[in-house]
Amino acid sequence: MKVNKLKNKLKNKLVWVGILVLGLAGFTGLCAAGELDVFAGENQVLRISGGTAHIPVMKAVARKIMTFNSKIQITIAGGGSGAGIKQVGEGLVDIGNSGRQATEGEVNKYGLKMYKWAIDGVAAVANPKNSVKALSTQQLQDIFSGKIISWKAVGGEDKSINVYTRDTASGTRSVFWKKALKKSDITAKANVVVSNGAMKTAVNNDPYSIGYVSVGFIDAGVAPLALDGIAPTMDAVKSGQYKVVRGLFSNTKGEAKGLAKKFIDYLMGPDGQALAAAKGFIPVN
Amino acid sequence: MVREKFPKFVFMGASLLSVGITLAILGFMVALAYPLFARGMFWKMLIQPWSPDQDLFGLGPMIVGTLSIASLAVCISLPISCGVACFVGIIHPRGKGRTLRQMVEAMTAIPTVIYGFVGIFLLVPLVRELFSQGSGMCIFSAGIMLGVLISPTMILFFIQSFTLVPQPYLNAADALGANTVQKFFYIVLPCAWKSMATGLILSFGRAMGDTLIALMISGNAVGFPGSLLDSARTLTAHIGLIIAADFDSIEFKTLFVCGICLYAMTGIGVILVRFLAGKGRVK
Repeated sequence: MKVNKLKNKLKNKLVWVGILVLGLAGFTGLCAAGELDVFAGENQVLRISGGTAHIPVMKAVARKIMTFNSKIQITIAGGGSGAGIKQVGEGLVDIGNSGRQATEGEVNKYGLKMYKWAIDGVAAVANPKNSVKALSTQQLQDIFSGKIISWKAVGGEDKSINVYTRDTASGTRSVFWKKALKKSDITAKANVVVSNGAMKTAVNNDPYSIGYVSVGFIDAGVAPLALDGIAPTMDAVKSGQYKVVRGLFSNTKGEAKGLAKKFIDYLMGPDGQALAAAKGFIPVN
Repeated sequence: MVREKFPKFVFMGASLLSVGITLAILGFMVALAYPLFARGMFWKMLIQPWSPDQDLFGLGPMIVGTLSIASLAVCISLPISCGVACFVGIIHPRGKGRTLRQMVEAMTAIPTVIYGFVGIFLLVPLVRELFSQGSGMCIFSAGIMLGVLISPTMILFFIQSFTLVPQPYLNAADALGANTVQKFFYIVLPCAWKSMATGLILSFGRAMGDTLIALMISGNAVGFPGSLLDSARTLTAHIGLIIAADFDSIEFKTLFVCGICLYAMTGIGVILVRFLAGKGRVK
């Protein structure tokens, strides 16, 4: 009897200790990983491509996930919104990013499911050395269509304007063209670069340049131009004052499933949204 | 018997396969571009400008861009290559020449993207400041960079062709008291120009086929270039830029026309090489 009692007591104690340990472990786990827990036990490859504006956030999220579970491999490629939609539709990648909504044709053809996880502005940018800091819509249209060819005409130096644009498959281009240029022409003399990053490099290197990038990409290297008196800051984008905005989408073929779904859920969750905000985009949740 | 026949069979198979693939690629491009042929757009596309908004899908500016950049590259590379090859092959075959030759051989191993990078950060700003017109991303910059890129190929080809000059001719010239310059102009050039021309055409093809340098530093504007300092787009860069377009769009179909154009240009080059080489053999 005595031995049994002792055993029981010990058992009880052990149970308590066990519960305590488990609880503690769970608690610390919650603190440390939390939303990342769903990635435990995965060991697959996740391929992402498309919109170049998305890349900084994609990279940050991928780094978090791969640090948590080093067996998961996430590859991130650019290519532009058109490439993202096409590649995910053809099954070449698991998630295809786009800086514009997929067209009705694209959605029907591939059965795409779009997930909007942030709002982004597209801003005209110039070299920081340029004294011109603001333009009207009319001036912007005239510069991009090639009617105004000197910075002098808009209050700057007497130097010719070098216009930079993106290829036609770019989501950034389609939004800028629709909402900032109101679908007016872009001159055939404009230099064409292939990504938001390349645009930043080009504008940063050329003192007489004008181009446009996602607001998330603006830093000391390029100077945003106020459009009709409204500077393209995060606050202005958030409040709706700055009109040249678009959603950032991650698309999957059919409903997202498996690792892709977990990735997108994480992106839409508090952690992912905080990362998006840290990279200069407006979170949706 | 079997041992003799087996390798023959394998090599035959390999060569037939490579010929087959080359022809299949042409067939593939023609088949995919067929809708454009059928609508009679093909020939118009070769001269029209590119402006998808106005339903113009011409490749004229890209063809002009490709030819002008590649020609400029050859014009820049030719005198340099000639000089270096002469130095290495004739004036200093040993010692300094040998070191130089090894350096040239090492140059062939540098990846294209490095040239593109150097071009963007060193050459482009320099050209922009020097001419104070345009962005510096232009035919001129791309031509210089491509000229540097193709010069190792050209130099090695030239050195090779100099070694084909019969030694007795050179000895005879020496006996007559010819100096190096005379020897070069009166013996080496007349003997070697045909194979040098072959090297020239092959380098031209290489300059034309390069994508990355053009994409990075020629500016990629879609207009017809008016001067060397204008931004221009090559056929190869055009393919790189348009590949992201929708599969069903006409834009995407034009890529195959680009492919056919490049194929045709390279083909003409190869035929020229054959022609010259054939003539060389008759002599």
